Amino acid sequence: MKTTSLNQAHHDMKAKMVDFGGWEMPLHYGSQLDEHHKVRSDAGMFDVSHMLAVDIKGEAARFFLRRVLANNVDKLTQAGKALYSCMLNPRGGVIDDLIVYFLTESHFRMVVNAGTADKDIAWMLGQRDEIAPELEIIPRRDLAMIAVQGPNARTKVWQVIAGAQAATENLKLFQAITYDKYFIARTGYTGEDGFEIILPSNDAADFWHALHAAGVAPAGLGARDTLRLEAGMNLYGQDMDETTSPLEAGLAWTVDLKSDRDFIGKQALLEAPVTKQLIGLILLERGVLRSHQKVTMQYDNGEGEGEITSGGFSPTLNQSIALARLPLKITAGDEVHVLVRDKMLRAKVVKYPFVRNGKSLISF
Amino acid sequence: MSIPGNLRYTKSHEWVRLEDDGTATVGITQHAQELLGDMVFVQTPDVGRKLNQSEECAVVESVKAAADVYAPIAGEVTAINTDLESSPQKINEDAYAAWLFKLKPVNAADLNNLLDAAGYQKILESEED
Repeated sequence: MKTTSLNQAHHDMKAKMVDFGGWEMPLHYGSQLDEHHKVRSDAGMFDVSHMLAVDIKGEAARFFLRRVLANNVDKLTQAGKALYSCMLNPRGGVIDDLIVYFLTESHFRMVVNAGTADKDIAWMLGQRDEIAPELEIIPRRDLAMIAVQGPNARTKVWQVIAGAQAATENLKLFQAITYDKYFIARTGYTGEDGFEIILPSNDAADFWHALHAAGVAPAGLGARDTLRLEAGMNLYGQDMDETTSPLEAGLAWTVDLKSDRDFIGKQALLEAPVTKQLIGLILLERGVLRSHQKVTMQYDNGEGEGEITSGGFSPTLNQSIALARLPLKITAGDEVHVLVRDKMLRAKVVKYPFVRNGKSLISF
Repeated sequence: MSIPGNLRYTKSHEWVRLEDDGTATVGITQHAQELLGDMVFVQTPDVGRKLNQSEECAVVESVKAAADVYAPIAGEVTAINTDLESSPQKINEDAYAAWLFKLKPVNAADLNNLLDAAGYQKILESEED
């Protein structure tokens, strides 16, 4: 298995390690529920070095990204500003979801998922060769990434990195700055405030230990999943994949179909009718909703069905929640049934996110 | 945690303790809770239900997966641990203290056919391969 530069630190901290897409990563350090609560109430840190930073360099950087991304990088005019976007194939299916940062006109940085990194690079190199042969696409496997998340996350980072507060306290959400050897972005995958920090791999372990000494709790993949689900954030490979249109994955807000910019997949999206939606479910009974469970519903004139894409237990709500791909006719407030381990259980359709600022947004 | 010597075990990771009053207390082992992770729901059998040996009778559900619990010996359910309804995580905190249910055995001697601590240890070692 591949390992990050924090692998030894995880073992030292008694993490339960698992194989995550070929990477040996920490599932938890004792209790994923405790780690979840710690992020919502204080500060936790995640080793996300398995994800990949990719530098896009050259005069054609903006031109290239306008072509391969479904969201419009022309929205990025202020240095350090970031955009969440899908990268689509010509059929309008999602190759990956990612964040792209505008650093200078000839330097953008993308952060892509671990499991899709090789595929993304191969795809981008192919497109680059066709439309912008002088452009450099540079995978940065020399860099590590640590996400520090929670209401006290930024304060803790400022305690650890001298001078960082002055440099970053005015960073807006979805904005990044380079300070010393740290690329500090006010982004995250938890629904809490915090920073995602990219730094040289060789410096990651010291930084991790310094954050720990400052009171930041290590948090693993288990908590990462429950946090992002509560926050209503998509997980590639579960909520969407190459066969899914972003418009049926709750990502229409990330697709710019309004401007006359042409991008790969645009035509396919304009031509395909949208027949499903991604929406939230909260289970009204005891149990846990899980991926692929079948959802059924009654209308006035018949029945409908759908499927759970991501399910799990919400520690903040103390109840099971899910994202599901359901027919368009269904709306928040409707009741549906889910087949959970041979029993038909009742669930309520809700808009997501389920949790914001540590508090439930759902009544049930 | 070492495997308590005063209990009996099944291959499906249940433990049983014969009490002085002849009832048998049943739970799941440290190994089982460690594999499953943080518990969120526990479903116990109804008091009065008569169980055959190896019958599916309870469910422990963690963040990761749901696992069936099987009756280690035949008997009638006499009590269930109601603490686990509000605090399922007690199983993670101490699997040998967080009992699930108690049985009046059909035949207390059935316990002798179950694995002892050494036998259960061997099962765990072979699983590691």
